[in-house]
Amino acid sequence: MELLRLPGRLFLDFLHYLGQLAALVSDLGYSARQGILRLKMVAHQIVAIGYGSQTVVVVTGAFTGAVFTFQTYTKFKEFGVESSVGAIVAIALCRELGPVLAGLMVAGRVGAAMAADIGTMKVTEQIDALRVMGVDPVGYLVMPRFLAMMVSMPLLIAESITFGLLASYVVTVYGYQVPPPWFMTHMVEHTNMTDLAVGMIKGFVFGIIITLVSCHQGLMAKDGAVGVGIGTTRAVVIASLALLVSNFFLSILLNYFFPMGAS
Amino acid sequence: MSTVRHDHDVFIELRQVHKQLGWQHILRGIDLKVMRGETLVIIGPSGEGKTVMMKHVIGLMRADSGEVIVDGVHIEKMREREMRPIRAKVSMMFQNAALFDAMTVEENVAFPLVEAGIRDRKEIRERVQEALEVVDLAEHGKKLPVNLSGGMRKRAGIARAIVTRSQCILYDEPTASLDPMVSDVIDQMILRMQKRYHITSLVVTHDMKSMFKIANRIAMLKDGVIRFLGTPEELRASSDPLVHDFIEGRSGVTA
Repeated sequence: MELLRLPGRLFLDFLHYLGQLAALVSDLGYSARQGILRLKMVAHQIVAIGYGSQTVVVVTGAFTGAVFTFQTYTKFKEFGVESSVGAIVAIALCRELGPVLAGLMVAGRVGAAMAADIGTMKVTEQIDALRVMGVDPVGYLVMPRFLAMMVSMPLLIAESITFGLLASYVVTVYGYQVPPPWFMTHMVEHTNMTDLAVGMIKGFVFGIIITLVSCHQGLMAKDGAVGVGIGTTRAVVIASLALLVSNFFLSILLNYFFPMGAS
Repeated sequence: MSTVRHDHDVFIELRQVHKQLGWQHILRGIDLKVMRGETLVIIGPSGEGKTVMMKHVIGLMRADSGEVIVDGVHIEKMREREMRPIRAKVSMMFQNAALFDAMTVEENVAFPLVEAGIRDRKEIRERVQEALEVVDLAEHGKKLPVNLSGGMRKRAGIARAIVTRSQCILYDEPTASLDPMVSDVIDQMILRMQKRYHITSLVVTHDMKSMFKIANRIAMLKDGVIRFLGTPEELRASSDPLVHDFIEGRSGVTA
């Protein structure tokens, strides 16, 4: 019985956590029904999240594309199919590497900022002050971040993929002297817009996961600065793990709707 | 929202309110009535639950048991979403001001007006200016809270609480960390709000001088219950040694 107690408790804690996230989703739904759209705050968040994360996702995408090309090319050359590097890198970047790595980077940068901002407001009673003034904290703080992430994340992923492909082109064409038409023809032949769509849909879902997890940690913060630190760490860890796990199931689901290589 | 038959002169009523936080049983059956238009001051040793009690009045905390009635409406079981009408009647000044870091002082004070749906910029500007003048902060409206001293932040918090002209204002240690002159300004402001607008005030304080200046009645919280309730004169005449020691600041510790 003792052996079962720990997994049992962990499972109950997990259900409790999911319940809290569901309550946050319900509060967001309520807030949406109120019809109060704080456009200025959404725009501010898009700038902070979307515009501010560009360096991170561009560097991530570019160097992922570059290193993946480098590793793939070496092996592909052995089989004499080095001209296919563009195609394989494009599919990998669009469907997996682009969304997952850029998502993880955004989870670190934006998720931490969300949890820290909201957590600080919680422990300094600013959230209580909002409530006292009749302002719904979820509508005021979470909703604009939620909307901004849903807009920004797919675009950030697309940007990351684009720079990954550019880097791959540079490495293949200028580094390994593969003629540009070879690279381009194979890439265009084996990939299509659905591959990019898969990446962007994943980005959209990851945006929702990162926002929910991070804002929840912020809203639950307690015990001063230490509590904010713990919440911020938890936000990044949980969002990153949730992103990786959900990516697996999303890949299966999206492959069903958008099969690889289908035109 | 349930409305009950209620004495019209009572604005806030707590009946047998209990609250436990972790292993600590903070409130152990609070019974208290705050009359409409009066200033009731709550005193008591630190950590006895004065702020906790105040937070029950505005629904920031929910009682484990007991009843909380504000302006004739039971709020103890009310959902957060239903609290808005009550919160339009009651505003609160927080112990640490709880100003929004990202906004200037003016924006902080204007915030409750904007959220209440006032769109006339001129009216907002005038009311914000008036509230800032009351707390002697008119010159500092453009500053961010981080650039204010502790006392100035507290005054900005007071300006934000009074700007909506609510029927009732809850002050959590309004004069702590203020110099004696500014403390007097705040005391006079609380008196003026009462006289001019008939505002009900619930004030938590450790400032005995301020208490005697502003209080119509005083409640002393000790061991989770109201140990004393009466006028300042009755407090002075109280035979309870604990009450006396508290207002005269005698700890019993000798050097």
